[in-house]
Amino acid sequence: MAAMTLLSTESLSRHFGGLRAVDDVAFTLTEGEVRAIIGPNGAGKTTLVSLICGRVMPSAGKIVFEGTDISALPAHRRVGLGIAYTFQITSIFANLSVYDNVALAVQTGMRRGGASLFFLNEATLIARVEEALEKVGLDDRRDMQAANLSYGHQRLLEVAMGLALRPKLLILDEPTQGLSDAEIAGFCDLTRAIAKDATVLLIEHNMDVVMDLAERITVMNNGAILSEGTPAEIRDDERVQRAYLGT
Amino acid sequence: MSVDSSPIQPTKPVAGRRSLFDKVLFVHLAALAILFLAQFVLSDYHHLTLARVMVLASFAVGYNILFGYTGLLSLGHAMFFAAGLYGAGLAATQLSFGASEAFLAGIFAGLVLSTLIGMIVLRTSGVSFMIVTMMFAQAGYLMSLYFGEFTRGDEGFVLQGDIRTAHLFGLSFDLTSPDVRYNIALALLAVCVLVCLALVRSPIGRILIAIRENEERARMLGYDTYRNKLFALVVSGTISAAAGAAYALLFAYVGATFASIQYSILPLLWVLLGGVGTVLGPILGTLLMFYLVDITSEYTSAYMLAVGVALIALVLFFPKGIIGTLRDKGLKWLP
Repeated sequence: MAAMTLLSTESLSRHFGGLRAVDDVAFTLTEGEVRAIIGPNGAGKTTLVSLICGRVMPSAGKIVFEGTDISALPAHRRVGLGIAYTFQITSIFANLSVYDNVALAVQTGMRRGGASLFFLNEATLIARVEEALEKVGLDDRRDMQAANLSYGHQRLLEVAMGLALRPKLLILDEPTQGLSDAEIAGFCDLTRAIAKDATVLLIEHNMDVVMDLAERITVMNNGAILSEGTPAEIRDDERVQRAYLGT
Repeated sequence: MSVDSSPIQPTKPVAGRRSLFDKVLFVHLAALAILFLAQFVLSDYHHLTLARVMVLASFAVGYNILFGYTGLLSLGHAMFFAAGLYGAGLAATQLSFGASEAFLAGIFAGLVLSTLIGMIVLRTSGVSFMIVTMMFAQAGYLMSLYFGEFTRGDEGFVLQGDIRTAHLFGLSFDLTSPDVRYNIALALLAVCVLVCLALVRSPIGRILIAIRENEERARMLGYDTYRNKLFALVVSGTISAAAGAAYALLFAYVGATFASIQYSILPLLWVLLGGVGTVLGPILGTLLMFYLVDITSEYTSAYMLAVGVALIALVLFFPKGIIGTLRDKGLKWLP
């Protein structure tokens, strides 16, 4: 497969007051890859992906997705283009059923396909909700209230909602945080399955997960990209070791 | 939680959803049928009261779409009710509209007003939203006093003469007849209930509830929350205006009281009493509150005290309202 650029940023910056959370970043994602972003706390990882998905607007710079400048687009329009974000802190609709949570995501995808919300094909909707739930293994819990799911299952529901958007780019913000080892292993399998259809951008602190999943790793520190490379290259990079261990 | 090993479930739940649809529709049609049959057994007094309650309940149903389902607490819905009331009333007195045309004029006034007001007030949220809606409603109230030449302010005006007969599809309806009034009020309520039911069970209803539950998440699922909230506000305001227009034409009186803050608070109380975010709750809440005031005012002039005590008891023991509590206690399928 020819390496196609899915997303790139040019001189992307975001300042919060005097803090340069993201400072002059040029970041490129290739279509179909699994990319991890790592870095110490406060390095600007979440701000960078928030800029990409539109939750935060840039102070300066440009974001290009599939050749289109999306810098000024509001978040909901970017979701429409195929950028899905799953929250760092689990952010499901706790009072709604598992089914409704995923149906909300599916509806967006169907509307993108041209369907009117007044006359949505309910059979298609149900089928696609089931499909997303099956992929993450929650299909036997579809009628439960989301708040009653275990924490691990809530994280899977987040992923199911991301999947149901049928994204081109799925951004996972610390997906394994708070999961048990067994759940993490399952999650890695799931991510590999997702990566067959979508580009995956992952913020992750668990180095085992990062080394296992990522094809390439971007290391951030102080709002800038410190290093980028394959897992092996990053492991041997002295600058990365210094950033993590302190100088 | 392996990815590949999950067994494919048979499509039984799909059938389950279908039968659920019938049950929900049945319950709501049954409630409307009870209201229809009530007119044959009620005394003249209660007959008239119930007609009034059904029009006001339509207002509450409209209010609930914004407050109960979308999670936006407006303290200014009197302006939409009054837009319908004055839209219909002034169209009849100043422009000599017939009853049907005046009714449509009232609805149109509400549609336009809620669109314009919505585009402004939806730039705010939370407490500011409450305050801004209240301010606009107060401005509306003061306007109804200021243009006293047409509205006759607090005193109001009475509709009389030809406007008391509605012509529709070649038929004439005598709006002074209690039976006609009752059934028109019921028809209005039925339309509002069925519109509300269809809306909240549609994909759009699901979006509105999602906005109520977690607006940021709804946005990150690709929904333009501003547009969806505006839609809810316009539907809510237009239904409220329809109730106002019907009130003017059926009960033949238009006055500034209906634009006052009281009529912004009342639908909130009716909805809270009956059940926030339930389709039937507003009807039950309006009915109970109306009779609570009616009965206690026979015994004491301090009837608002009884209302206050009832509301405190409600907040303490049934914070989700009557239908809301029933739903929690096992009738989970109620929309």
